[in-house]
Amino acid sequence: MTERKYIAGEFFMSGDDACAEGAISAGCRFFAGYPITPASEIAERMSERLPEVAGTYIQMEDELASLAAVLGASWGGVKAMTATSGPGFSLMMENIGLGIMTETPCVIVDVQRGSPSTGLPTLTGQGDMMQARWGSHGSYSIIALSPDSPQELYDLTIRAFNLSEKYRLPVLVMTEAATGHMYEKVVIPPMNEIEVVHRRKPAVSAGEYLPFKPDADLVPPMANAGEGYRVHITGLTHDERGYPAMTAEAQDRLVRRLVDKIERNRDDIIDLEEDRIDGAEVVVCSYGISARVSRIAVEQARSEGIRVGMLRLITVWPFPEDRIRDISEQVRAFVVPEINYGQISLEVERCACGRTKTVLVPHMGGGVHSPGTILEAIKQVAR
Amino acid sequence: MNKATTNGAGHPLDPYLRAERMPHIWCSGCGLGLVVNCFLRGLIQSRLALDKVVVVSGIGCAGRAAGYINLDSFHTTHGRAIPFATGLKLSNPELKVVVISGDGDLTAIGGNHLIHAARRNVDITVLCINNFIYGMTGGQVGPTTPLTARTTTSVGGNIDQPFNIPYLAAASGAAYVARWTTAQVIRLQKSITEALLKNGFSLIEIITPCPTYYGRMNKQRTGLEQMKYYRDNSIVKSGIDPKHAGIEFNGPIIVGRFVD
Ligand SMILES: Cc1ncc(C[n+]2csc(CCOP(=O)(O)OP(=O)(O)O)c2C)c(N)n1
Ligand code: SF4
Repeated sequence: MTERKYIAGEFFMSGDDACAEGAISAGCRFFAGYPITPASEIAERMSERLPEVAGTYIQMEDELASLAAVLGASWGGVKAMTATSGPGFSLMMENIGLGIMTETPCVIVDVQRGSPSTGLPTLTGQGDMMQARWGSHGSYSIIALSPDSPQELYDLTIRAFNLSEKYRLPVLVMTEAATGHMYEKVVIPPMNEIEVVHRRKPAVSAGEYLPFKPDADLVPPMANAGEGYRVHITGLTHDERGYPAMTAEAQDRLVRRLVDKIERNRDDIIDLEEDRIDGAEVVVCSYGISARVSRIAVEQARSEGIRVGMLRLITVWPFPEDRIRDISEQVRAFVVPEINYGQISLEVERCACGRTKTVLVPHMGGGVHSPGTILEAIKQVAR
Repeated sequence: MNKATTNGAGHPLDPYLRAERMPHIWCSGCGLGLVVNCFLRGLIQSRLALDKVVVVSGIGCAGRAAGYINLDSFHTTHGRAIPFATGLKLSNPELKVVVISGDGDLTAIGGNHLIHAARRNVDITVLCINNFIYGMTGGQVGPTTPLTARTTTSVGGNIDQPFNIPYLAAASGAAYVARWTTAQVIRLQKSITEALLKNGFSLIEIITPCPTYYGRMNKQRTGLEQMKYYRDNSIVKSGIDPKHAGIEFNGPIIVGRFVD
């Protein structure tokens, strides 16, 4: 495929636009979506950019259709994504389950806004973090990334595609209105400097191929539709041939592997940013736009002599349990600012497991924390 | 089962089926086997390259068709077969994408997708299998249940006006629209071939026996009785405005090719 209009260089760009460019860089050639603030700009840019790189944009009738089309496109052999916000994310939940069960690579971007329900369409929130983890029915593991800037929206969208192709599942990019609508410098590297991962293809003939027989990394190679492998793909519990298998044994085997293929590869998936955690008595644990504000509070606390470290979750799911557990043995408290009434803080608390205190600094949405609120929380626990 | 199977010679359609998945889950007397048979014969007639033909189903008894056909096949979520098929087709235009699913799947939960796919005239073929009821979940009333027909959730008789599916598809912009019952196998096969070769959105409604629920609740206890009813009451009226092809309880069934 000839790449026309691939852009590289330094740009002053919004997070949403950077996300769309990240997708193009990663090789995304299909976008299906339904307009919703504050994610619409991603669709708008994709509608313009995809035809330039011989890709396809389609505006579907709703988010159920959008994710269904994305899954279909992925099986058609094309990297595909959709972008939405809270209400649309809710509508996608059933097909996220289908994507997990059928091991379909794709990327879903959730530009979070004030919630529940229609909430605050134009204003920021982080209320979908638990929905990202558990929103679809059943037991599964998911990968969700949380960028803190337009640049990272670019970078992590590429990473999301790479992880989705490598581990064969829908990967979530959980950003917020504040980051999506923020304009900043974004550097897009030349195409040949970008690492792009493609799904592993079967090494055996059609007759021998078992679509759900995993390799050693627990991920099965993937034959696309139309390649002559005659695959059968179902959301029902299935065996290695892809045929429905309605037994507890088949369920155990399949669901365990779907979870394990993520959990056993945590070291490859989890990405954290750490700052002066050694020797800290308090650690602020945050993600996305809240992490940006937290950094200001951490600097202020340090200038007042408080030993405070910072842990930024770049990968939110799978949750960095081991690292949180280790830190919990050394600090007096975790401070967790997030734009909701406590979601990731519950995970921190679970991993700290009573060894140390976890203090939620909630913001109900519509804006970001003032650094002072976070500073106050740090001071309270440092005392 | 016909003789060819029992004498060990195999059925002529065996290579097109996932024989290792037999027996299928459908009840005896169910019309879904006939539909698969007609689809495969219509497909063979079309001479399409089979490696490029993909079947997509939603959820329901009809939705299980995908699993028995030896082509690339996808059994998706309830109601979402059409948008899944849309993505598949658009991502790889070389593919011939066929949706085989139930009337509940396609016109109730998936109704919105049906009209929009027809409006966009996406190049896919939809076989909408209408047994007037939700089969898989136990025979509840659905959007095609005729007025006054009994179901497990309308024991006193359905009070809601049913959809006229060809009219709905035609009004939404479909390029090819037909309706047949499982009693017109030759016409149905031919129609399937036509639909597969048609560019744009094609839809065939296939009226199919469900003795287990619809038949039992409405005095047509066996598949055979239902088939006889179709044979005796179908009226071929190709070319008419599908507006005039509504279905009434125990009334005549207008069949034919309405839009081409
Ligand atoms: C979201 C969702 N809602 C409900 C169901 C339960 N369900 C399974 S099949 C079905 C109805 C299928 O009816 P139809 O499409 O007419 O097919 P049939 O079984 O009659 O062939 C329903 C409601 C489901 N699987 N998913
Ligand atoms: S319930 Fe009805 S539609 Fe389903 S398999 Fe039985 S007869 Fe067929």
